[in-house]
Amino acid sequence: MKILNLIKKYGEKEVVNNVTLEVPKGKITSFIGPNGAGKSTLLSMLSRLIQSNHGEIWIGNKEISQWKDNDLARHLSILRQSNHLDIRLTVEELVSFGRFPHSFGKLNDLDRMKIKQAMQYMKLTEMKNSFVNELSGGQRQRAFIAMTLAQDTEHILLDEPLNNLDMKHGVEIMKILRKLADEMGKTILLVIHDINFASCYSDHLVAMVNGKVVASGSPNEIIKQEVLQGIYDLDFNIREVNNKKICVYY
Amino acid sequence: MNEKNPTKKQQHILFILGLISFILAGIFVFRGITPSNYSYFLSRRIPRLLAMLLTGGGIAYASVIFQTITHNRILTPSVMGLDSLYLFLQTVVLFLFGSTSSWFLDPRLNFLLSLGAMAFVSIVIFPSFLKGERQNLFRLLLIGILLGTFFQSLSSFMQMVMDPNEFSIVQNRMFASFNSVNRELLLISSILVALLVLIVRRFHPSLDVMSLGRDNAVNLGVSYDYVVRSMLAIIGIFVAVSTALIGPVTFLGILVANLARELMQSYKHHMILPSAIFISIIALVGGQLFVELVLGGGIPVSLVINFVGGIYFIKILLKEGRIS
Repeated sequence: MKILNLIKKYGEKEVVNNVTLEVPKGKITSFIGPNGAGKSTLLSMLSRLIQSNHGEIWIGNKEISQWKDNDLARHLSILRQSNHLDIRLTVEELVSFGRFPHSFGKLNDLDRMKIKQAMQYMKLTEMKNSFVNELSGGQRQRAFIAMTLAQDTEHILLDEPLNNLDMKHGVEIMKILRKLADEMGKTILLVIHDINFASCYSDHLVAMVNGKVVASGSPNEIIKQEVLQGIYDLDFNIREVNNKKICVYY
Repeated sequence: MNEKNPTKKQQHILFILGLISFILAGIFVFRGITPSNYSYFLSRRIPRLLAMLLTGGGIAYASVIFQTITHNRILTPSVMGLDSLYLFLQTVVLFLFGSTSSWFLDPRLNFLLSLGAMAFVSIVIFPSFLKGERQNLFRLLLIGILLGTFFQSLSSFMQMVMDPNEFSIVQNRMFASFNSVNRELLLISSILVALLVLIVRRFHPSLDVMSLGRDNAVNLGVSYDYVVRSMLAIIGIFVAVSTALIGPVTFLGILVANLARELMQSYKHHMILPSAIFISIIALVGGQLFVELVLGGGIPVSLVINFVGGIYFIKILLKEGRIS
């Protein structure tokens, strides 16, 4: 996936300002930065939820506007931060929606297998008949991620997937994403606020401030005192634990 | 966790609704019939029943789809102002040409005029407000409300200054009534409604996905804007057909769409839509029977429906208010 000179304006304000970037295939790329840096907006443009004012987004060998809606849905999936449902759905029904781009609502055996797999991955099998709006925030988040997994796309975009999750489930999800990237070669893009999660589980970090990419590289290159202080305007104390960089900023 | 096989329960409910509609329709058509008078009664009642089925079905479709694309359970297509446009047209024709003109009296001409104007607005005017980038659907609804109010004010102005006799004629058209139905119109309407139903069938899966909200629907590959635009046009024609056929029925849509969703407990349009149609038929035929048998036939059925619908609407409002 390649991004060229991407710009998004709301009125006069440039929320995403001339971003050019190449996203490595088969890796986990995390976008970090303070609130309002334009990370979610960027992710929304990459997934055609909103349109850019200027610039190009290349997914595979086609520009995003050349993709047919349904074809793109089989290559790229997005999950946004807040997911609330007006309708009563069971977990299984929600996850089944992930197969819509493939089968248009008529499930075949492959679809059923993928749905079962996604629910197993997200440890939802026991609650597959529960109603989504009666679940806890974390369970609901897992159900939505499972839908995205069932969609079985090459690119997976998740906007703050760890929202609402406790540490245990947060770690579980990051491990699953790691597995998806390592074993199945999925390209995963995340917006993440917990810098330590980003540091420990990503291959590539992109730091944004005020709509601009200010730094990008491997965690070793980005998780440095001087870099992070520039991004967050906060004192950082960085330690190495088990070969991973851990930030203390409290 | 709850019911193990919800579809079975849904099919039961659907079957019961169908049965009730069928029985009511039977009572409506065959009540008081004897070998000597059947040809007269049947020839009068069957077209009226058909009109109720068409209107009921059209309103059920329009309301359910409208609520799906707006993600809102307390809206009806009537906020788009089509009913007001209809009344406005009736008033203008009467005002300009008088109650003896063929524009007003000839049902075919009147039907074509009303249908044409309403269809034009929903196919040509409304979609033009949906162009551009941000989610303009609610801006469109606001414009619809404004237009509706505008037409209403114009109509009431003209009604103020017109001849009292002619005013009472307009007043009759302000409420839906099944007492006089033109057969040729029924044929045209049946064809139109059948065509629309066939078109909507193709959209059922996309509509199901749209219940998840815009972002999820786009993610799952639904061509969101295209579906919204097509559905608005279709809703417009549904409303136009049923209004031009019998007159405005404001609250029926809310009543029917919400009851159908509540009873079916499903997001699937191929379940919700048929149940909405049955509920709609039960409300219309049952209401008509109630008016004829209990109230002595003096008032239009839409008054009864608006009364019941209004009470149900307040209930929904109170419930929605508690949640948010």
